[in-house]
Amino acid sequence: MKQYLSFFRIRFQTGLQYRTAAIAGISTQFVWGGMEILMFKAFYEASPGAFPMSFEALTSYVWLQQAFLALFMPWFWDAEIFKAISDGNISYELCRPAGLYEMWFTKNMAIRLSKAVLRCFPVLIAAVFLPAPYGIMLPGDIQGTVLFLLSMLLAFGVVVAFSMLIYISVFFTISGQGIKMISSCLAEFLSGAVIPLPFMPDGLRQLAEFLPFASMQNAPLRIYSGDIAGAAAWQVIALQLFWLVFMCAAGKLLMHRALKQVVVQGG
Amino acid sequence: MITVEHLCKTFRTANRSAGLSSALKSLFHREYKEIKALDDISFTIPDGEMVGYIGPNGAGKSSTIKVLSGILTPDKGECLINGRVPWKERREHVRDIGVVFGQRSQLWWDVPVIDSFELLKDIYKIPQNAYRDRKEELTELLKLGDILRTSTRQLSLGQRMRCEIAASLLHNPKILFLDEPTIGLDAVSKIAVRGFVQELNKKYNTTVILTTHDMQDIEALTNRIMLIGKGRLLLDGSLEEFKALAGENESLDELVARLYCQYHI
Repeated sequence: MKQYLSFFRIRFQTGLQYRTAAIAGISTQFVWGGMEILMFKAFYEASPGAFPMSFEALTSYVWLQQAFLALFMPWFWDAEIFKAISDGNISYELCRPAGLYEMWFTKNMAIRLSKAVLRCFPVLIAAVFLPAPYGIMLPGDIQGTVLFLLSMLLAFGVVVAFSMLIYISVFFTISGQGIKMISSCLAEFLSGAVIPLPFMPDGLRQLAEFLPFASMQNAPLRIYSGDIAGAAAWQVIALQLFWLVFMCAAGKLLMHRALKQVVVQGG
Repeated sequence: MITVEHLCKTFRTANRSAGLSSALKSLFHREYKEIKALDDISFTIPDGEMVGYIGPNGAGKSSTIKVLSGILTPDKGECLINGRVPWKERREHVRDIGVVFGQRSQLWWDVPVIDSFELLKDIYKIPQNAYRDRKEELTELLKLGDILRTSTRQLSLGQRMRCEIAASLLHNPKILFLDEPTIGLDAVSKIAVRGFVQELNKKYNTTVILTTHDMQDIEALTNRIMLIGKGRLLLDGSLEEFKALAGENESLDELVARLYCQYHI
């Protein structure tokens, strides 16, 4: 365990040194969040009755999404891993007395977390001070907050476990180009990163809510805004846990098979 | 102790001729060519021996190293290193070996070298005292004192290679694989690396397997030479026996070139 912790630490520390990237990220997130809220405001004013969430719940959803983008963005990939597989630098990682799946999982968590730590506070603080209904609601009760934190942790795990599957697929395809693009688009849309899932038409919405992508940002953000509460929240969390375990198991199995037949590229 | 028996590994590559029509044809029908990277290789290396593993590019040197270090699973054959099958017990096996791939880097390029060392300490679970002593020893022998606090990306190739070698030896492995460790190094760095490997072998009786195209490396370091070509082991003997093959005024480089021609490899 200690080896993975150290691995986490070195990646986390490295991530923290990129200040300029963080400042650029924060300003993007402000502008993006603001634009989204203005767009939804137009819809809301056109017909408040057809709006599936309360407007305050929606703005909280958007600001949290922007603050914790780095934890949940499904289009973020660790280029080093793709490169290591396709040019054979993975040789060195395979010469370590540690599990490759665990090392990559830790590394991905560390990169995302270091980005999130640098970016989340300015966005959260500013959003708290924005006037209602444009800002972020403070959490209602303790139970809701605990559920939200739990769900956020699981969502983070699901995102990383999902990207692990994509990394591992590159052992079989050599290039990650295609699968990266398709999985980014699918996951982005179905996890509620473009529009929250309640805005989707019936049928598609029920399907999307069951898929692993809904266990990403959709779950914690809707629990925070109170759109999912009580027993429904526990159900969502159970589903998240299921997908996390399922995807980790699938990833480890695939990794095991990939390493059996791996051809380390290059001399 | 390393024993290798009848090791075979075949790679399948898709081939096609140049041009659009063959590109289109290959969409429907692929022609595969089988390349025997390792073809019935057998050898035994006792503890403490320094072996030079030579052969032209693509002969199977790296494939052998990859099998021995547990990265590549062979199709057929057996391999036992200190009682373990490398690809079956990879994690336990790699604790006992150190590997330097001359053309790759194991140091994290955007942090100081010392951070990479500390991380390797935790990955290999090296006790604090052992790590400190080992680090001091390596720092002295490889003259790393001034460069440990520099980040890897700012090092020259020679400096980096010295750090790479130190990184591979922090856990005091019994066996060291050096895959072209002097590639691209200047004369001073080459000599420093050779001197260090000799010292290491003398002091810890470390088994060293060295692949290189530099015959001076071979002459300076090894007492046994294995020549491989097209996946087959062609020669296996002592450095003296090998030198005896050379004609008058024939340098080792010329001898090797002549042998490559002779064996059509």
